[in-house]
Amino acid sequence: MYSHGSESLIKQAREIQDSELQKFYSRLVKLLQGKELGYEMVDSLQRLHLILSANKYIRTLPPELQKRLQSLLSSPAEQFQVLSSAVLRETLPPAAHSGNYSQENIVQLNSHAAALLLSQAGSRADVSSLCTQLLRGLESRQSEGPTNSLTHTLPILNTILTHNPECLTEDHVTLLSKKLVDWLRYASILQGGGASSGGFFTGPRSRQPVPIAELDGTVSGDFFTVLCVGQSFTEDQWMNVFSFSALRHWLLTYHSVSNGNGTADTAHRLQLSLSLSHSHSNDDRSEVDGSVVSMVSATSSSSRLLPPKERLREKSFQYCQRLIEQSDRKAHKKSDADLQKACLVEAVCILDCVCEEDASLVFRAFPCIKALFGRLNSDLSFARVLLPIAQFYLNHGEMAAVDCGSVWALVFGRFPSELFNDPFLAHELLRFLRLNLESLQLRVPQYTHSFPNLLKFLAWDSPAVVDDFVDLLPSLVTAGTAVELLHTLLDLPCLSATLVLQVRSTCLPISEQSGRGLLSLDAFRSTSFRGLFLFLLRGEAGSGDTIDRLSTLHELLVETADWPRVVQCAQIVPVLLHIFFNTVITVADEKLLAHLILVMLERSSLLLNIPKYNKEIHRVFSSHLLRLCKLHPSLVMDQSHELLEFSGATANVYSKEEIYTHVVWVLGEYLSVSCDSRCSVTLITSCFEALEAVLFEITSSVPPPGADCPAPRVVTTLMSALAKLASRSHDLIPRVSLFLSKLRTVTRGGSVAWCSDEEDLVAIVTRGEELWSLLKAPGVAQSVLTPPAHVTTPQWHRDTNVALPLRLRTLTNLTHSH
Amino acid sequence: MVRCFLIHTVCPVSALGAGESRVLYCRVFGPDESLFTDQEREFSPEERRVLQREQTAVVARQVRSAASLSRGAAGRLLMEALPGEEALALQEADSGVLRLRAGDPFPEEMSALWLGVQSLGFTLVCEPHENLLLAEGTLRTLTRHCLEHLHLLGPGSEVLLRSDRIDALLSRLLPHGQLLFLNHRFAHSLEKEVAAYMTK
Repeated sequence: MYSHGSESLIKQAREIQDSELQKFYSRLVKLLQGKELGYEMVDSLQRLHLILSANKYIRTLPPELQKRLQSLLSSPAEQFQVLSSAVLRETLPPAAHSGNYSQENIVQLNSHAAALLLSQAGSRADVSSLCTQLLRGLESRQSEGPTNSLTHTLPILNTILTHNPECLTEDHVTLLSKKLVDWLRYASILQGGGASSGGFFTGPRSRQPVPIAELDGTVSGDFFTVLCVGQSFTEDQWMNVFSFSALRHWLLTYHSVSNGNGTADTAHRLQLSLSLSHSHSNDDRSEVDGSVVSMVSATSSSSRLLPPKERLREKSFQYCQRLIEQSDRKAHKKSDADLQKACLVEAVCILDCVCEEDASLVFRAFPCIKALFGRLNSDLSFARVLLPIAQFYLNHGEMAAVDCGSVWALVFGRFPSELFNDPFLAHELLRFLRLNLESLQLRVPQYTHSFPNLLKFLAWDSPAVVDDFVDLLPSLVTAGTAVELLHTLLDLPCLSATLVLQVRSTCLPISEQSGRGLLSLDAFRSTSFRGLFLFLLRGEAGSGDTIDRLSTLHELLVETADWPRVVQCAQIVPVLLHIFFNTVITVADEKLLAHLILVMLERSSLLLNIPKYNKEIHRVFSSHLLRLCKLHPSLVMDQSHELLEFSGATANVYSKEEIYTHVVWVLGEYLSVSCDSRCSVTLITSCFEALEAVLFEITSSVPPPGADCPAPRVVTTLMSALAKLASRSHDLIPRVSLFLSKLRTVTRGGSVAWCSDEEDLVAIVTRGEELWSLLKAPGVAQSVLTPPAHVTTPQWHRDTNVALPLRLRTLTNLTHSH
Repeated sequence: MVRCFLIHTVCPVSALGAGESRVLYCRVFGPDESLFTDQEREFSPEERRVLQREQTAVVARQVRSAASLSRGAAGRLLMEALPGEEALALQEADSGVLRLRAGDPFPEEMSALWLGVQSLGFTLVCEPHENLLLAEGTLRTLTRHCLEHLHLLGPGSEVLLRSDRIDALLSRLLPHGQLLFLNHRFAHSLEKEVAAYMTK
């Protein structure tokens, strides 16, 4: 598909020499002068386009060439319109360009020339003037231009409105509202006069107008919509399609509630409605004979008295109701069935939009929406249609006092658990959650308990949706579910593996032996381990924080550790854990935080064995352990038993070095009476003894087989911790001093079994000496190693007597006053 | 509204670094958005163009990365479809949608829908309020036409030299970035016009 040939073409286009380029330009000018617009012309223009677009820096064409290309824009042959427009889009607009906007009338330009004009707009004023011209063209009924010029008006206006809604005045909005009403509601219901279908035998009799049909072939009995078909179409039927395509955007831009519904606006509306009832509007097609009284609306006659904006709202409402009815018909073609789904989405969104603006419409809309929900909710292939319906329920359900339980059961229940592998549904559902977070937290109590289901999207396709979860995760962290959520996040790679197994299990026949070594698949299907997998696949929180046989589960899934989805998932877990911890400290009390520390210690050895996963998780745990203890030093006292047990196990030095170091550090730092009055001498002594034993062991023997030498940091942290503890209970000082002097003696003998690097050894010994000399003066040691709070949290800025700015000011005054 | 339509590589390109993507066709719709954001200074046309090109390059790179991760996770082998098997190639295509945060690279949040057909990616960048079901359908139709009319399954370079065909296609099916609700009769009528253009 993408070949070496294409690469070399691009290279040639970029590296073309200036002399060659100038020759090419002059050849082109000659061709253009020749007026023979044949194959060579086309080929040269295509090459010119490639040369110009291959670079990101813009080139300027010679003025003669530019002028000729400009005139080519109005060529009768479309290919030259396209080519010249494409080429000119890649060049700088001519210098005296601002004049062009008033001279050229965009209405008379073809679509390609109009696109060029739009892309070359240099300022807001340019864009506004384009807008004005387009609307002037619409206004004048005598549009002599070809049909195309009218159809491309709406798309151009729509794209301008995206950025600059203010460029339409109130009059413009009124005009366009009226036009849209005409096109949407009063388009012809007869098939277009097929001019080309005429043959030798066609006479006036055979040209009898045929009515339009529905998608299932029946004759249409109501007004024309995008879901009506015919052999060919009239101009206003085309405008019907374009109008509906632009409708939602139009309504969102000009009908959003925030557009000030002040008294001035109401007065204006009243004025308009009065003026309308007096004037005989030529544009109002509803007075033309043969207009259809819609079965959908019972109030079509009275709506004539509404001001234009309200009238458009009413007609949009009717159009959407008709679309919803039409979507129930069985279309003959698959592309039409897909279109019906897209129309349903659009119709529900538009209904939502108009109900936002006019609350009285809610009572008319709800029966229709409710019926649609009833029709679709058991069919998962309509899941993407059910999301806008859920939005409608969320926005208006309270007002209509409707029970939304079944809607949420779908959104938080069936969709994540059965459609987690649909990337488009995932994107739309997560977007729905993000946009309505506040509302959901208020109105849907089960939201915070639905994380086991929602995380399935993340477990299946982490890279695609991790961004959404970065935004959503904080809302799922509550005091009641925090522990379960932490366990779930740590086991996210296991969930990932389980979902893959679930999908494979439905694909592969049960009888087939998984001879390719898929032990995990066998385990997934076996009844004895079913419970483990079912726990991971649960839909709601609340049935338990985690399972007892977690290690069994990890063993069963050991072969999944290199599956791409599992690896991708493992890479994002640390990020989510950071977010989790950052959020949980804002909602948790000390008891919960103590529990979380416990979970961290437990789970540090209970993780799925994916390369680098364990290390990353340990790193996250360490940094947050530190943070929690710094915020609430008494946590160390609360969990002293577990922390002591952890730090007393020598095996932890080798297998969980990072966490071990931090646990020892927090013990040394915060196990003191100044942090928590419950701290006793016995506790300090038992902690000391536990750490001392470990330090002895690791500095007197070779590391166990398979493990590296402990990092110097572990040793120095242990030493510092012992010194700190000793400074609080002076009886322990002799023991530390003894150890440190022994250490010095042993290491003088040269290398040791437990430290491979000589520089490291020197650093350790130096630290040891520093501590030893510090401990010779116990009082000093105490204030250095266990500083009182007012030293560690300097308040110089608050203490007026020692405030630095004050001192500086005094000095300045003294030195500058003379 | 659709902000832009891109055709770019999703396979490794020897002349570029790993993860980079070569943009083969890029069409941005509408007036330049930098005109409407409050800037400290106004951009000149040259600067605006460079900015636009860099934005589309960022999108292409992100889609390339998403496509390769998605393909890796799905673990399917890339089959080479031959010219004439466009429908099959489209059926086997990977697809997905990417969230482009505000500022990365467009000022507002956008959704990028993509289809990966062998070594090429076809991407539509839409405003988030857009009807993504309709956008997905339109993207598939556009891709099918591009595959057929530009003979993309063969070894040629027509995507570079015949980009006017894509422009003509877009002017019918996605005029100025407007997604259209086309039933099969309207679509048939437009496709006839497109086919007439292509045979010239």
